[in-house]
Amino acid sequence: MAKRIDCSDVNIYYGDFLAVENVTVSIEPRSVTALIGPSGCGKSTFLRALNRMHEVIPGARVEGKIAMDGQDLYGPDADPVAVRRQIGMVFQRPNPFPTMSIYDNVAAGLRLNSKKLKKSDLDDLVERSLRGANLWNEVKDRLNRPGSGLSGGQQQRLCIARAIAVEPDVLLMDEPCSALDPISTLAIEDLMADLKDRFTIVIVTHNMQQAARVSEQTGFFNLNGVGQPGRLIEFNPTEKIFSNPDQKATEDYISGRFG
Amino acid sequence: MTTQITPAPPATDGRTTPSPAQRPEGRLPRWVPGACFAAAAAVAVGLEAMGDFNIALAVLWTAVLGTLFVWVSSRLMEGPRKATDRLVTCLVGSAFGIAMVPLLSLVYEVTRRGIARFDLTFFTYSLYGIVGEGGGAYHALMGTLVITALTTLISVPIGLLTAIYLVEYGTGRLKRAITFLVDVMTGIPSIVAGLFAYALFALVLGPGIRLGFAGAVALSVLMIPVVVRSSEEVLKLVPNELREASLALGVPKWRTIVKVVVPTAIAGLGTGVTLAIARVVGETAPLLITVGITNATNLDPFAERMATLPVFAYYQLTQPGVPPEFAIDRAWTAALLLIMLVMGLNLVARLISRYFAPKTSR
Repeated sequence: MAKRIDCSDVNIYYGDFLAVENVTVSIEPRSVTALIGPSGCGKSTFLRALNRMHEVIPGARVEGKIAMDGQDLYGPDADPVAVRRQIGMVFQRPNPFPTMSIYDNVAAGLRLNSKKLKKSDLDDLVERSLRGANLWNEVKDRLNRPGSGLSGGQQQRLCIARAIAVEPDVLLMDEPCSALDPISTLAIEDLMADLKDRFTIVIVTHNMQQAARVSEQTGFFNLNGVGQPGRLIEFNPTEKIFSNPDQKATEDYISGRFG
Repeated sequence: MTTQITPAPPATDGRTTPSPAQRPEGRLPRWVPGACFAAAAAVAVGLEAMGDFNIALAVLWTAVLGTLFVWVSSRLMEGPRKATDRLVTCLVGSAFGIAMVPLLSLVYEVTRRGIARFDLTFFTYSLYGIVGEGGGAYHALMGTLVITALTTLISVPIGLLTAIYLVEYGTGRLKRAITFLVDVMTGIPSIVAGLFAYALFALVLGPGIRLGFAGAVALSVLMIPVVVRSSEEVLKLVPNELREASLALGVPKWRTIVKVVVPTAIAGLGTGVTLAIARVVGETAPLLITVGITNATNLDPFAERMATLPVFAYYQLTQPGVPPEFAIDRAWTAALLLIMLVMGLNLVARLISRYFAPKTSR
């Protein structure tokens, strides 16, 4: 559990368009790494490249090397399906499966992969995952109701429960709180603090206070202009980024001078 | 048959809680539009009663005159802006009313003439050995059911898989080519589909062949594009986020489609398939060529001719024998039965979409 990710010279393309250029970074295990930067600078694109969700889009491809504990994620014998099982993902908008109950949503990762589990084991797993996502007490009496009947914050925690139920090594979160109110956001931030003991967490956020609150490491992405590729400007411990950044652009962005 | 609403009693609402902001001085009371249309209906019926009474023309007159009355009274009392609003409302309502005329008169006429033979004998007897009175369409009804079931069995897998290919896998030139060909197939006249199936089976089994299965193939040619089109639209409506959520859990693509995409879209798929069945169940021309007609009951689609409801109605009407009235009655009843089948299938489609839609209620 909780593996480190090493990226070297990663270039990410949409067709012929170079969206993210030359990212070299090491993401530490058992910690939260935040990616910040203005819109369109490639944070989400980079995040999706980490679990090979980027290539789902027609024409999209990744060059360079991304390795998780030495295992090359883009190697010739790497199976994208297997990679995604090891690296889970939570999306910007909560997306529980509308045809499934709360219980089935959490069990979906296993059921859809047709893993045969005993009913009691599956019950345990669902309870453990929901407890892990801080949702158990709110839904334990209505596990068979549709997941889409929950509030937005609960739905997002349901999606987190669904992601951790398959026991990945790394959890990627793409602006998980941008559609939520402050109270739900707080619930999810607390959850991240709990989860980082077991998982490597990478979070993309537009909220700099959130990055400062939850993360140990922060990466700042920026781009020179529209149509230019996004680049990783600075990657440092969060305290350093927010108090004494190495780069002028980082300081400008954090102090609100642009972006 | 007319489009008017009964005028509401003037003192029901509004008067009990008068609010100056909502009920300004120059505002038509609620009953006025209804009264206008009632007056228009009276004038229209009077006009028509002078000559030969024609209900369709009466409805047309009612719509035109009622709209005119409402517009004039609104213009006088409420001013031009409200008048334009009411004019457009009346035009839209009238257009709907006029569109309903052919449908309602068709249903009325077929029911009136078809109800005479809508009895137990009609559903339990074939025409075997029947001359003149009596006899039924058991053989034709069963033939229609067998051939339609066979058509569905052929068309739904092909159509559904094509739609899945187009939405989930297809890219570039092949996808465009398939979409184009499906569009062309949608426009194929049914007689051409019948001739194609006949030619195909005549090539293999010799000329003059009549086979229920050949009819099913002909109908499939008509049904597949309808299934593809409707399924494609429904599958496109499944949010991409659900596919991504499933893929991000490490579920292979084919399993994502089978376990997430199709179940999410199942209500729309069921509706589309049911409406496609309703589309082909009344087809006559292809069955005339490929299946022919018989007076006896034949339930085996792989041997000999079969009777089907549309072809049965056609032959009962064009070759009624002497005296003709019994056969013509049977033709009307067959037509009524067909309309009921189509309406029933539409009803089933609505039920499917209601019961299988993803539940979002709290």
